[in-house]
Amino acid sequence: MSKRVMNKKISDAFANGKAFIPFITCGNPSLDITEQLVYACEEAGADLIELGIPFSDPTAEGPVIQAANMRALAGGATTDRIFAMVERIRQKTDIPMVFMTYANVVFSYGKGTEDFIRKAAEIGMNGLILPDVPFEEKEEFDIPCKKYGLDLISLIAPTSHERIKMIAKEANGFVYCVSSLGVTGTRTEITTDIGAMVKMVKEAKDVPCAVGFGISTPEQAKNMAAQSDGAIVGSAIVKLCAAYGAECVPKVKEYVKSMKDAVREN
Amino acid sequence: MSKGRFGIHGGQYIPETLMNAVIELEEAYNHYKDDPEFNRELTELLNDYAGRPSRLYYAERMTRDLGGAKIYLKREDLNHTGAHKINNVLGQVLLAKKMGKTRVIAETGAGQHGVATATAAALMDMECEIFMGKEDTERQALNVYRMRLLGAKVHAVTSGTATLKDAVSETMREWTNRIADTHYVLGSVMGPHPFPTIVRDFQAVISKEIRQQLMEKEGRLPDAVLACVGGGSNAIGSFYHFIGNPEVQLIGCEAAGRGVNTAETAATIATGRLGIFHGMKSYFCQDEYGQIAPVYSISAGLDYPGVGPEHAHLYDMGRAQYVPVTDDEAVDAFEYLSRTEGIIPAIESAHAVAYARKLAPTMGKDQIIVVTISGRGDKDCAAIARYRGEDLHE
Repeated sequence: MSKRVMNKKISDAFANGKAFIPFITCGNPSLDITEQLVYACEEAGADLIELGIPFSDPTAEGPVIQAANMRALAGGATTDRIFAMVERIRQKTDIPMVFMTYANVVFSYGKGTEDFIRKAAEIGMNGLILPDVPFEEKEEFDIPCKKYGLDLISLIAPTSHERIKMIAKEANGFVYCVSSLGVTGTRTEITTDIGAMVKMVKEAKDVPCAVGFGISTPEQAKNMAAQSDGAIVGSAIVKLCAAYGAECVPKVKEYVKSMKDAVREN
Repeated sequence: MSKGRFGIHGGQYIPETLMNAVIELEEAYNHYKDDPEFNRELTELLNDYAGRPSRLYYAERMTRDLGGAKIYLKREDLNHTGAHKINNVLGQVLLAKKMGKTRVIAETGAGQHGVATATAAALMDMECEIFMGKEDTERQALNVYRMRLLGAKVHAVTSGTATLKDAVSETMREWTNRIADTHYVLGSVMGPHPFPTIVRDFQAVISKEIRQQLMEKEGRLPDAVLACVGGGSNAIGSFYHFIGNPEVQLIGCEAAGRGVNTAETAATIATGRLGIFHGMKSYFCQDEYGQIAPVYSISAGLDYPGVGPEHAHLYDMGRAQYVPVTDDEAVDAFEYLSRTEGIIPAIESAHAVAYARKLAPTMGKDQIIVVTISGRGDKDCAAIARYRGEDLHE
């Protein structure tokens, strides 16, 4: 802990043009590989990294990330081992990082939510994304997040409409714009008017907006980032990890570089 | 800000994508629940189509055999489609129709809720898709055929443990995928608000009738009401109109599987702890890191790692008690009720019968127990035969 690098802020991820944000399921295929993936993504130009803590029943995920969660849990990727991995990572890099997991993983850790959030802040995480915690339920997570200096990331969806203003007003870190209906996974086409969603956010609060769900190609990433402040990619990376296993690091690095290059063209 | 709480339990822990859908549902429900025309239509469906009121039957031979409290059986097994599930489904599908939805989706465990949903969808001319754990499609193959016969499309869910909890997860995923024309007919008193309240209100007809029927037959309230609990819809329906009468003991019978001291159990209140899953805060079977446990019960309908938030609250308040019943005890009760009363109960309901066999002899002959027979056991005959070592397949 004493050797820990002071991490950059989430706002730093959006300070130099459009951001590229890769998502990695911790422990898929192993925590050692996850650690190497973080360094590889940073070298390839990633601006912020989303680390997924696996959950047995990830209701917002499509088949690719569901399967990655199952593999990671079977391989013993517990919350405590993931915390230990982050401590190792924080001795080497200051890249902003957020956890993505489900409410019960946080709520059931140690003596409860506050234990998880205190620990996550201590080891140098910047934020927390909980896809099963909407605005109406955020308080029990947001109060400890504010206490320990973690940003609870708000999500908005194509169905949010008039809710966007209310959500954006209280958003911290960045706003996660869900691009499409349904669960995570690659899509051939994204039809939502992302620009309009982002505009509604910005009218309520000056906070960065990153778009995720369904993005896999450089063209999609470029297009989504053009209408927002950055692109988030999960399933396409997790697919590479599943396909190449222990050999996935250079493949992911190459992919992240191509995506960051595309986003940069804006 | 949080809505739909039962004490600390309940709430709306769901993706933002679904929030406007549950808000729309809550508004529609609040409008229609007091609408005389809606209630007239629903009552007509419940009475003329589903066969309500269901009978409250005095189980004289069982009473004599056990030698204690007088036992009445609330015969939800006599409803159309063979279980209590139709009460909720007719209400929800009628509500969905009023909301302008043209498609319904639902999860199912044993298949009873899927069959009921497919039935109501056929009746009210709605498109219908059912999600059922692959393991359950094998355990309850006949119900899969019934759903198809009724015009529903059945998806075998292979994710996770391929049982009821995975069917719920998959139905939630499908709902986030297609919301505008689709209503999710949740089958139990669980999930995000307003489902636990809506399903409870539609199932409360069970205790409303018990109260009235027992007053007619005995001129008094029962001393105890027993029902099996998975998510807990027939139990909350059986308890609801007695909650304000503390002299009526409310007892939920959980599926202990091979026993609460083994990993092969689904007894949530006995072995679970507080958590957040499937849209609600409640008690769940889980490991030290909050990973949901793979649960087990011989009964596909009780094979769920959580319990509805209102049950969790009734337990916290000490208003209801929850007792574990093993596979062995349930199978014995399944056979017992068949031989003693000529009634083959669903293996789910047999969990409540099993506890009645223990409880009745400890009570006086002037006391009364009501046991809800939530469904009929035809669907379970092949599985129970195999449990007893017979080589019988459907």
